[in-house]
Amino acid sequence: MLNITKAAAAFALATFATTPAMAETEITWWHAMGGQLGETVNQIAENFNASQDDYKITPIFKGTYEETLTAGIAAFRAGEQPNIMQVFDAGAATVIGATGAVIPVEDLLGQNDIAFDINDYIAGVRYFYADADGKMIGMPFNSSTPILYYNEDALAKAGVTAPKTWEEFASTTGPALKEAGYIPLSQSHLPWIFTENFFSRHNLPFATNNNGYDGGETEILVNHPAIKAHFSALADWREAGLFEWYGTGWGDNAKPFEDGKVAMWLGSSGSFGGLVQKAEFPFSATLLPYWEAVTTEPKQTFIGGAALFAMSGKSDAENKATAEFFKFLTSSDVQYMWHKETGYVPITEEAYEVAKQDGHYDRLPAAEVGIQQLSLPAGDWTKGYRMGFYVQIRDVMNREYGRILTGETNVDDAFSAIEEEANKLLARFAKTQG
Amino acid sequence: MKRAGFAQPWLPILLLIPQLTIIMIFFYWPAGYAIQSSFYLQDPFGFGSSFVGFENYSDIFSSGEYRKVAWFTVVYTFLVTFLSLSLALLLAVKADKVIRGARTYRTLLMWVYAVAPPVAGLMGVMLFDQSAGPLTEFLGFFGWDFKLGVNYNDTATAMVVVAVWKQVPVNFIFFLSGLQSIPRSVREAAMIDNRSGTRRFWDITFPLLAPTAFFLLIINITYALFDTFGVIDTLVKGEPGNNPMTLVYKVFIDGFRGNDLGGSSAQSVVLMVLVLALTVFQFRLLERRIHYT
Repeated sequence: MLNITKAAAAFALATFATTPAMAETEITWWHAMGGQLGETVNQIAENFNASQDDYKITPIFKGTYEETLTAGIAAFRAGEQPNIMQVFDAGAATVIGATGAVIPVEDLLGQNDIAFDINDYIAGVRYFYADADGKMIGMPFNSSTPILYYNEDALAKAGVTAPKTWEEFASTTGPALKEAGYIPLSQSHLPWIFTENFFSRHNLPFATNNNGYDGGETEILVNHPAIKAHFSALADWREAGLFEWYGTGWGDNAKPFEDGKVAMWLGSSGSFGGLVQKAEFPFSATLLPYWEAVTTEPKQTFIGGAALFAMSGKSDAENKATAEFFKFLTSSDVQYMWHKETGYVPITEEAYEVAKQDGHYDRLPAAEVGIQQLSLPAGDWTKGYRMGFYVQIRDVMNREYGRILTGETNVDDAFSAIEEEANKLLARFAKTQG
Repeated sequence: MKRAGFAQPWLPILLLIPQLTIIMIFFYWPAGYAIQSSFYLQDPFGFGSSFVGFENYSDIFSSGEYRKVAWFTVVYTFLVTFLSLSLALLLAVKADKVIRGARTYRTLLMWVYAVAPPVAGLMGVMLFDQSAGPLTEFLGFFGWDFKLGVNYNDTATAMVVVAVWKQVPVNFIFFLSGLQSIPRSVREAAMIDNRSGTRRFWDITFPLLAPTAFFLLIINITYALFDTFGVIDTLVKGEPGNNPMTLVYKVFIDGFRGNDLGGSSAQSVVLMVLVLALTVFQFRLLERRIHYT
């Protein structure tokens, strides 16, 4: 009899032991990372799931940045939002403006007893996704910045080094590369590289109300003589065969560089991982050139890329899982792995140190350019910008810039048109918040 | 003429309910919602909104860019409709005369119909590719430096070519069956009256094809206005930039890409009115002049 009781007890114990005391909390993560980047995202999620038994994260690819944001908004309105949504730089105002749509990352971590100090993050990424008071709302994830890639063979053939300033490009580098049989320069994103980062590199105000961070009726300050001079120069360079523009698409402009026809290409520091695989020539990178005529003290640039936002309306248990995932994501090992695989910058000082210690930059000096540029001295106008309906404003810029470069309009008319339409959109956006 | 009817009035209503439900849910409800939100400026997440009356409409009509897109849509619709109808008619008339291998000809002409618009657009992207597109190289022989995505007119040309190529087979099928339903006796009588094939075509065949042609005209206008969305989206690679676009694509760009719900709702209401006008025009004016047999 005793034996039977013992056996029953043993059986009961065994059953309890195999059933987890608490079920896993499942969370979802909508992102816009396709191709190679998507595989790295899946790897991070798998590593997180393997690292513990309490939480399980499922990453879901939702298309382009714009498509991901739209899908997230539609899902939020239907009450079906994911726990984590990736939102890109131009969509930041939309998601941060909608107070209550997301839980600020600082609050989320605080509520779940995870230490947070904004100074652990590298200078360039701290405030882009923060509110007017400097509270971090979105967790910077894939952070990049525009840098100049160059074909080392081409530069050696032309007997020049990568230009530091646009004056140097116009007088020396460009003509020499053209002489050597190359198209000297192309770029992949006129609003991002030649507009937003033009303003931060030269430390010029981009919008009223503290670049838009203070809210209210913001007006864009894009109609500035310095940037107009830059676009006049671009149009002249295109005439003279020093610069080529292959349309609005990112890939259309990157391909001629990958094919070795274009000698220098302005792209994202996050393009590094892909270029290593595609380019069949030695290449390196350097800081985004600036105009000496505008400033002799060039500053850091904005971060591009995207941030992760914790959506509101979820249970405490799920929010805890999200917070734990953010903790995992910002750990230096994960950041270093992400940095190494993709070329996006590590977002914490600690991860940057780990990369340095490991000799990553001795092996690939070009991999450090993005983070060096983000760590340059800050100015009054380098922390970022916050403007609503910014996706549409970028569309207007792309349209007018395309017209400048194809000779359909002139620089003065184009910039007045951008200013007028952007301000109209900003005024409309202000009303949506009412 | 004897009128057929139902004995009980509830039976037809019952039979209509599934269809009416679908129309209510998928057409009237969203349409009503679009009209409502066209009077508001709304936060995309649905938190805040302000009633702005007709401001979204006045913004559209005062925008030079919107007028430019509207004008492109008119030209584009005209070109696509005209070219795809005339090419299809020519092919149908010729295919009608072929005796040997007729089936093969017809199948070859028809099978493009199975290509979905985005796939057609993607094929256009490859054929007109800036660096390696066969059509780009072909045009290069004639000194045309074709630049898809860079030059406004070149992109517009590619849009028309792809949209027409995709639509010709549908028109071809209808024209061919229209031609084959013309009684043999009529053709033979015409043959005795006039030796000129061209005269016979315009005097006899074409008027008899009129009902088909009219039906196709309406189908083609709606195709060019609305169904070419996939072609345009793939040819501009989702980012219009300085490229042309149609009104429908602009609704998508402003609403789904830019999250401007009020503005894009107003645009879609404008399109609804346009479709309504087109339908009235179709039945009031044209329908009377066409004789169906």
